[in-house]
Parts: sequence; C-alpha cells; structure tokens
Amino acid sequence: MREEAQCAANRVLENNTSPVINGVYRVLSTRGNKVPEQPAKLGAWCFGETSWTFVVSDIKKLITRHPQEAALVFKEPLGWTTTLEPSAFGPDYEISKSTVNSKETAKDGQPLLHLSSHAIQVYSFSQLSNILQLAQDKKLKEVRACLEANRDPVAKILGPSFATVEGEDTSMLRLLDKVKEDDEGHEAELKMKMLLLLQQLDMQLLNNSLKQMSQEVRLSPVTVKNDVELLKRFCGEGEKMVLKSVEYTSDYEFSNGCRAAPWRQVHGEICYLVIKPVDTDPLYITCSTAGVYLNGGAEKEREEIDYERKSEVYKDLVTLLKDKSPHFAENITKQDFAIYEEPPSTQKNQHVELVDTEEQGQTQRSYENQEKNVHEKMRQQPTQNKPTLPKKLEPSLKWKYLNLTSSQGEKNENSTIIKTGKPDKETAAKGRIPPRSPEFKNKAHFSSAHLPRRPSARKTKTAGARDEDFSESSSESEEDEDQPDRCQESNTDLPSEYWQIQKLVKYLKGGNQTATVIALCSMRDFNLAQETCQLAIKNVGGLDVLINLLDTDEIKCKIGSLKILKEISRNSQIRRAIADLGGLQTMVKILDSPDKDLKFLAAETIANVAKFRRARRTVRQHGGIKRLVGLLDCVPDNSANLTSEQEKDIEVARCGALALWSCSKSTRNKEAIRKAGGIPLLAQLLKSPHENMLIPVVGTLQECASEQSYRIAIQTEDMIKDLVKNLSRENPELQMHCASAIFKCAEDIVTRDLVRQYDGLKPLATLLSMSENKQLLAATTGAIWKCSISIENVAKFQEYKALETLVGLLTDQPEEVLVNVVGALGECAQEPSNRAVIRRCGGIQPLVNLLTGTNQALLVNVTKAVGACATEPDNMAIIDRLDGVRLLWSLLKNQNPDVQASAAWAICPCIENAKDAGEMVRSFVGGLELIVNLLKSDNKEVLAGVCAAIAKIAKDEENLAVITDHGVVPMLAKLASTTDDKLRRHLAEAIARCCMWGSNRVSFGEAGAVAPLVQYLNSQDTSVHRATAQALFQLSRDPNNCITMHENAVVKLLLDMVGSTDEVLQEAAAGCVANIRRLALANEKARYG
Amino acid sequence: MSHMSSVNAKNLQKLADSIVKHVKHFNNTEVLCLIKLFNVLMGEQSEHRVGNGLDRGKFRNILHNTFGMTDDMIMDRVFRAFDKDNDSNVSVKEWIEGLSVFLRGTLDEKIKYCFEVYDLNGDGYISREEMFHMLKNSLIKQPTEEDPDEGIKDLVEITLKKMDHDHDSRLSYADFEKAVKEENLLLEAFGACLPDAKSILAFERQAFQDTTEN
Repeated sequence: MREEAQCAANRVLENNTSPVINGVYRVLSTRGNKVPEQPAKLGAWCFGETSWTFVVSDIKKLITRHPQEAALVFKEPLGWTTTLEPSAFGPDYEISKSTVNSKETAKDGQPLLHLSSHAIQVYSFSQLSNILQLAQDKKLKEVRACLEANRDPVAKILGPSFATVEGEDTSMLRLLDKVKEDDEGHEAELKMKMLLLLQQLDMQLLNNSLKQMSQEVRLSPVTVKNDVELLKRFCGEGEKMVLKSVEYTSDYEFSNGCRAAPWRQVHGEICYLVIKPVDTDPLYITCSTAGVYLNGGAEKEREEIDYERKSEVYKDLVTLLKDKSPHFAENITKQDFAIYEEPPSTQKNQHVELVDTEEQGQTQRSYENQEKNVHEKMRQQPTQNKPTLPKKLEPSLKWKYLNLTSSQGEKNENSTIIKTGKPDKETAAKGRIPPRSPEFKNKAHFSSAHLPRRPSARKTKTAGARDEDFSESSSESEEDEDQPDRCQESNTDLPSEYWQIQKLVKYLKGGNQTATVIALCSMRDFNLAQETCQLAIKNVGGLDVLINLLDTDEIKCKIGSLKILKEISRNSQIRRAIADLGGLQTMVKILDSPDKDLKFLAAETIANVAKFRRARRTVRQHGGIKRLVGLLDCVPDNSANLTSEQEKDIEVARCGALALWSCSKSTRNKEAIRKAGGIPLLAQLLKSPHENMLIPVVGTLQECASEQSYRIAIQTEDMIKDLVKNLSRENPELQMHCASAIFKCAEDIVTRDLVRQYDGLKPLATLLSMSENKQLLAATTGAIWKCSISIENVAKFQEYKALETLVGLLTDQPEEVLVNVVGALGECAQEPSNRAVIRRCGGIQPLVNLLTGTNQALLVNVTKAVGACATEPDNMAIIDRLDGVRLLWSLLKNQNPDVQASAAWAICPCIENAKDAGEMVRSFVGGLELIVNLLKSDNKEVLAGVCAAIAKIAKDEENLAVITDHGVVPMLAKLASTTDDKLRRHLAEAIARCCMWGSNRVSFGEAGAVAPLVQYLNSQDTSVHRATAQALFQLSRDPNNCITMHENAVVKLLLDMVGSTDEVLQEAAAGCVANIRRLALANEKARYG
Repeated sequence: MSHMSSVNAKNLQKLADSIVKHVKHFNNTEVLCLIKLFNVLMGEQSEHRVGNGLDRGKFRNILHNTFGMTDDMIMDRVFRAFDKDNDSNVSVKEWIEGLSVFLRGTLDEKIKYCFEVYDLNGDGYISREEMFHMLKNSLIKQPTEEDPDEGIKDLVEITLKKMDHDHDSRLSYADFEKAVKEENLLLEAFGACLPDAKSILAFERQAFQDTTEN
C-alpha cells in the first residue's frame, strides 16, 4: 500500500508542480497516504482551512515587511477565474463594465491588475494583497483558485528559468550567477530576495501542513521506525531520561520495513514494542497503520504475543506514552524533542536554505553544502527522495569530474559513488574509492591484446603502488598533476601511441643494427616518463627485446636500449619486469665494457632498478657491487675545462655512486661496498665540486652510516670535514643527506667533536630556519640532537640561539621532526641555563602537551626532556600546573619499556622539585601501586628508574607507608642480587629510604636483602658505594641485620669506605660500623657484664 | 742496400712530412706506418693494374676483411668518400686522410663523412629514395605481410620524422648534422660506414706495431 502511494506520488511529481504543492506531495507520500490521481482540487483533500489562512497571512506579511520585493513586477501574470465583481474594486482601479485595470502600471504601461469577465491577471504581490483585502471572506477561495490555476507560481513570478523541476531547484544558484554578472543588477537582487521569501513561505507551508497531517494520517513502517529511533535516544537510567528502554519484540525486519509476522501484517500491524517507562510497568504496544495501542503483552510460556487490543488507538507512540506515563509526559516537553514541529526532512530543507542565504557570495560552497544535505537526506529517507534523486544531483560539478552521467536507470549506483566520492577532505582521507580488484591488475599485466581497448582498466592500474587512491577530491593530492593528463591519455592518445610503440618493437625484433638504432631513437621520442608509454613498451614485449639487445655485440643498440631502459625503469612495474627478465645480470656485465657511455648508462639503469630488495640482492650476487665500486675510481678534477673524456669519467663515477646508493639500502650490500674498497673511493668523490656527484655519494654514505664500520670510517677518513663543508651548499637535498649522515655518525663522541671543530654546528643551526622542507628539517634536527650530547656543542648551539628556534619547532611538525627536536631539547636541557631558556621561550607547555602522544620514540625523548626541565623549580611549577606529572605517571603504563624507564626517570626530578610533592603523588589514584608493580619488570633500565623514583617517593612518610603496604620491601629485596651497577645504586638508595618506615628494616633482613647489599661494596662504581653504605647504615639499626652484615665481612669493606673522600659515604660507613660495634659491645656486656 | 733503404726512408719521411700537415689525428710515425701499410697493400695488387693508388676492389676487400663491413653499396660509397679526386683510385694521401676520419675523426668530421656516404648521388641531399635504397635490407621480410616493403617505407618515414627538421622530405646536411648532434646514435643511421671500436683497435695495433718492430 505504501508502494502504491509512492507510485501515485511519482506520477504526480512528473508534472511540473510548484514547490509548495510538490512539498505537500512529498509529505503525503511519506505518510503512506493515498494521493489522488489529479491534484486539481487541492484543498479538498489535504489543505485544511488553516493552511490557506497561513498562505494568506503570509502574503500579507510579505507585503508589509518587504515592500520593495512586493512591488516587483511578475514576468508573467498570475491568472485565475475570480469570483470578485468589478464593482468591488476601489478608486485605484479603472472600472468599465466587466473589465478592471489597475491605475498602477508597470514600466511599459501594462496595468498590474487586469480583470475581464472573471478572468483576472495580477502582476505584483501588492496587487495580490489588494485582491485579498477586497475578497474579504472569500480570501481563501481566491487563494486556492489562484494556486490551482498557477501550477508553478515561482516560474511566473520570476520567469520561466525559475520553473521548479522536481526535486532540488537550482534557481537560487542561477540567480546568484546573474547577480554576479551584474548586468541585471538591482532587479536580479530583488528577484533573489523574492525567491528566498517564496521559499520560506513554501517551507512554512510545508511544516504547517505536515503538522496537520501527522495528526490524522496513518502510520507507516518508516514513521514508526523513526519514532522508535527517536525515542531510543531518550532512553536510559536516571532522572532526566524519559524512558528506561524501547525494544522491538522481533529483531527481524521484513523487506517492507515491518517486523510483525506476515499473518499479522495483513491486519495492518507493523511491529510490536516493549517500552519501559520510568514510572509504570512495561507497556506492550502494537504499532499498526491505524495507530498504536496496547496489546496483551507477551505470554511467557509460549513466547507469543497476545495481539488483542487492550487500549484505545493513539495516533502515534508519543501520544500513547504521554497518556500512559505521566513522567514521560512531563519530561518529554523539556527535551529538545520537537517531533511535530520539525520532522527531519523539513529540518534539512530549512538547513539548505539557510546555507544558501548565508553564503550567497560563495556559490561553490553552497553547492557543496547543498549536495551534502542531499546526501544526508538520502540516507535518512531513502524511500522518500528516490523519485527526485537524479535531477537533484545534477547541479553537482563533481559529476563531470567523475565522468559519470546521471541517468535515471543508474541512479542507485550513482548515488553511492557520489557518496563515497564526495569532494570534501574528510572523505578524501578516509572513504576512498576502494582500490581496484587484483584481477584488474592481472589483466593489465598479461593481456596485452586487451590493452588498447581497455584503457580505463589499465589506467587504474598504471597508478601502481602509489596510486591507491583515485578519488575525485584529489585536487589537493599529489597525484594531481598527472591525473588530468592520464584521463586524457586513456581517452584519446593511448591507442595511437600504443600502436606506434608496437610497430617500433616489431622493427626492433626484425631489424638489423641500422633499423634497430632507428627504431630505438624513434622510441625515445615518446614521452618515456609517461606511464602509458612505459607500460605499452612492456606490454607489447618491448622489454624483452630491449634486454636481449643488451646481450648483443652492437654497442649502438646497447646504448640505445639502455637509454630507453634508463627512463622507463623509473616505473616500479618495469623495474620488476627488468629484474624478472634477467636484465640486471646483463647490465652488471656491461659495467665491464670499455665503452664509457655503456658503463654509465648501465649503472644509471641499475640505480633505477635496484629500488627493491630482490633486485639489490641480484646485483650483489652477480658481482655488481664490486664493479660499481670500480666505477667510482676517477680522480675528481676541479679544473674548469675538462675534456669530454674526463667528463665521461666523472659521469661514470656519478652513475656508479647512484647505483651504489640504491644498492646501499640493503645491509649486506653495505658490507659488500666496504669490502670492495668503496669507502676510500667515496671519500675521494666527496671532495668533488659537483653537486650532482655529491648527492649520490653523500646519499650512499648516510645510508651506510647505519653501520658501525662506516661510522668509524667516516670519522677516520676525515669525511666529516667534507660533510660539514657541504652542509653550507645551497642544495637542500645535499644538505639533507649531509645532515642525515652527521645525525647517524654523531652518536660517537669523537665525531661530535669533529663536527664542532670543523664549524659544522653553525650551518646546522642555520638550517633550522628551513622549516618548510620537512625532510631536511628532520635530518638537521637529528644532527643537532646527536651533536648536543656533547656539552661543548650545547654551548655552541646556545651561542647560535638554536634553542629558541628548536622550541619554536615543537608545534605543527611531523613526528620525525618532533622526535629529533625534543631529543635535542632534552640534551640541551642538561645544561642548567638552557632550562631557563626553554621556559622563557614557552617550551614547557608544548613539551608537556607532547606527553599525550603515541609515538614511542617521541615519548622517550619527551619524557627525558620534561625530566631535564623539571630539575629547575620554576619549570617544575609550570609542569605541575599543566598536570605534567600525571601525564608522566600514566606513561608508566606504556607497553614500551623504554618509555616506562624514561618516564620513571623523569618522575624523579618532578617529585624532588614539586611543591607538596607527597600530596601530589598521593592524588594519583592507583599511582603508587602502579609504580611499585613496575618492580616486576625484567628490564634493567626500567627497574633502575623505578627504584630511583621510589627513593624519591619514600621521602614522604605517608607515601612510604602506602608503598610498604603495596609490598615494596620484598620486591626491592628480590632485586638485591643484581650485578648491574646502575640498578644497584638506585636500588640501594630505595632500600635506604624505605628503611625509614615501621619494621621495614627487619623485613629487608628477613627477605635476605642484606647479604647481597654487602657485596655491592666490592663494586667498582663509587656511587654504588655511597648508596650502599647509606642503605647498610639504615639496615644496621636492626641487630639481626648487623649480625648478617658481620657474617658477610662487611666491617673490613666499610673501614675502607670510612677512609673515602666522599663525606656522605664516610659518614654512612662509619655510622654502620658504629652500629655493629655497639651491638657487639652490648652483646659482650650482656654476656659478661 | 743500406743506401737504397736510407734514400727510400728519406723519401718516405718527406712524403710523411707533407701528409702529416694535412692530417689532424696521426703523428709523424703513425703516418709513416700507414704509408708503409699502403705500400704493402699496393704491392699485393696485381701487377697489370698499376695505377697510383688502391682500386675499388682492393679497397673493398680491406673494408670487408679488416673492418667487417658487408654492405656492398655502403662499401662503394665509402670508397667514393675516400676517393676525393674521383679517379677511382685511393692515393696514399687520400688513404691517410680518409683513415684519419675513419679511425679517429671527431664527431663533426664523422658527420660530414657519413653524410657523404649516404648521399648516394652526391646532390647534397639524402632523398627519400636514397634512404629506401639504403634501408631496404634492414628488416627481415615477413612473409605474411602484403607489401614486403611496407616496413621499410615506414622506417623511412620514421627517420624523416626524426631528422628532417625543415620538412622538405629529404635530409640536407644541416638536417643530418642537427639530428646527429642531438642523438649521436643516428650518425650511422642508414648503415654502418664506420669501423667499430674493436676493429679500430685491432687495425691500429697491427698497423702501428708492425713499424715499431721494423
């Protein structure tokens, strides 16, 4: 029955109806009501008296509020048969027998009102209003007659271009364009306003009638569903909720939207609900097309619903609930509920309009918004809008972009595409059109025969690995540049190029040297950077021929072939194909050729092909690395005029370096390059004055610098000097590789010092200003980070004001930059004066903010930096205010032990310098338990950090009591057997502190911590001695511990410590010995005294 | 005997001195060696045809055996390129001057030389027909094809498209020079008329070594 209504609505809508009437139909069809075949007699069936009154009052409003617009002369008159007599017209009109003309005329003299024998024609709203006044009690009749006679009043008022087509109208936009063009100026603006007013009227009318109809109209599954969804939003526990729950009795939804069993559907029943109001028993409700009423509820044994009606029929759920649940009735009004006042559809429509009015100046934006709204609507009310859908989408410019044409039959698919491909950024980021299916790829790979006829299939694939994202929104994406290009190719150019290339490949196959060379040269005239050509060569079997040519003796053919391979191997598919066809082996052999052109071409091609692991391995396994290293052997000549032979030598070396650079991405190749003696040759080339030589050389070096052997070599072969020198060259790529090499090498202290000695720190600090180039920035900040591990370098950076710049880089940077920046700040902050600098530059806040990140490397550095800053009480105040300690504390929960350890270390200075640290620590719910439990970690660094933190925490007696309760004593005691000096030191500190509470001393003794502690005194590390002596001193207050210590020969060790220059150690050791001695004395006294 | 040889040597030296002035790429000794080689080759020539230089047949033999050339037409044209005075003999001067370009010529010299070779009728242009003539054996004939010359014609078109910069359907020297400068591979676009690196090496070794031994 719903469908029937839908059909009727469709039929009606196919006629050109006014927006007003259109809207009414729309509403009707959603309500599942029958729509009469002919809408000629409007008011009879749907427009109540009130609606017409509404229209009338609105026209009046229009006149009074917008006199200017009201005076606008209609394009065509609104004409209808009136019941008014000529005699009724007043003095403003010229009356003669049966005709009446208004005295008010348009510019061209046409009277604005013309009446002859009951046929009336009106040209403006003010006249219209006059008529209504004249008509008095017949007002409504007149309006109805007028609207019935003028199916599209807007078109008549504003001209045919504004005729409302079904669905969304674009008149607004058209008008906007006109206003912009400015030739119609004022009038267009007037029209515009008029249109807006009319639309408002339309909308109000729609709301109005909807309100009316929803009171009397029958229910449909959709409305019930909407109501239920709405009610569900107000469900839940608590005072403010209006209902406890709303549940369907059945989860299964039939395709027609009903949930009732089919045999009940024939009774018009839609679904059954169990609604639990806050104040009464559950209500068992039947929703049927006739309305909703209570049923007999579920009978437990049979799980069958008693379908009998138990209450009167309500028109909808809300009314029923209002009646049955006083609580609901009371609270529902408080909610922002408004089901009648603003049903979803009208709300949306209003929104469209709102957007339009607000953004008159921005056509494009309102397009999008409008479009968006259309989508939302589509989602919300799929059934309602379907018939109007295709036209609605027409205005979207994106359709052209998408190359899709909207046709009635395809509306469903199209709508989905539009949805996924919606041109806003969000969708671009998430909802990309799914990548092509693998079979597409295969097709493009192997079926060359299909190729020319399937440009689009191939196209999609050509994008290859990097182009997963064909989305129309790509106007901002990187792919953009070649995209329009490609579309073009796929449509027009491809076939001709394809056939031409195929022909050339034929000549390559069947020609002698001369023909081959001609074909090769001709092939090079194609745009080999273009994917179409690259793949055409591959797909017509050209790659095989080109590689076969490399195996011949014809130098010219080899050169020609390599020149092509060099270009097309920039494509990842071609690279793989070349490797698959054994091209690498042949090219490696060619490296031995005496012909320099051949050498460098082969090397350059290898450089391109060896971009993936298998290829790099192949090069190595066939002796390519050794040969490539051999190419490097050319003495760079700095003189300006080189012979062509020398130039070729340099080119050979350059291409060799390029190939090695590609190969050096594999660890084994790095090793192979070193073994082949590549390092001194690279060092030699590093002195070259040519940037195009330096880039691959430094690139290789920085790539290899991940290996210890290279780092040492870079240091010993004095390459730092050249790297530093090249930092100052104006080539960002070169600068980046140099900085990156320094970054990797500066882990070593000698290298760091060398960088400083060669004045490398200043160019690094200068490069910080290149904040646009993120790669360069990452490398630079990395180098600064590692260099600032040396305190002398920090002083230099201070001098160059690098710190200030670094702080500025704490925000809006990619993570790889942030990690390094924060690392550098952490190192610099080891120097006390820098901590204040960081604070003054406002660095504390961004640092603390970064504590909430997820990047583990970043977190390690951030915690370190925050910890370093926290050693300054002024900084600590800020950190405390920003709740930084809590953030640090929560990082103890991080999965990564490095982060845990770093966080624990950072917590130490925080506790030390925070005001009221004890209270702060206690305020972290579960914080103490958390940190104590970290003593179960098996990571030494974590344990040491946690012990250090516990030593600080235990300074507060109350907290010490808490951690004691959490079992800190046995856990610390368990760690006592460690041999790690760092852990020993902090463990001893923690034990010393923890002895201060209750019977902890005794407990440590019982847990067996004393004996191992004594052994700590044998450690080489004096800081361990100090902490241990303090711990032993504390422990020695318990007699049993003294005995244990004595048994473990502590006295001799302690006596040595007493002689230490460290006063704290001296004192603790002496105190401990004294305690032991005192016990012995007491013992003797007891025995003998 | 020694006097004879010394007189002979003096004459040779004189000849070499006069030639070396006109030749860029050979030094005195090398010129001397090449004169000797020329004389040896002359000696091999049959007695009855004593002219003042190498005749066409002998020269073609050298091209074929020493430099691995096979195309008769090209070899003829190479002979014509060597034989500057068009007397059907390559004199010792022509021989050395020709070899200078042939073995060690600069790109410009080689372009000039190749153009001379390819300009079959010597009218200063390489015409469509000449190209066709030179390329007609460059493709393996496909028996399936309707017109066996189709491919050659196409090849000529391709070449014209690539090299005929002034679009007059023939290659002037300027066209040829420009195209080759852009793409060196096109130097021998219509057939090999220069020795490859290997045979150059072999020839030079033989020619220049012989004399050092003597």
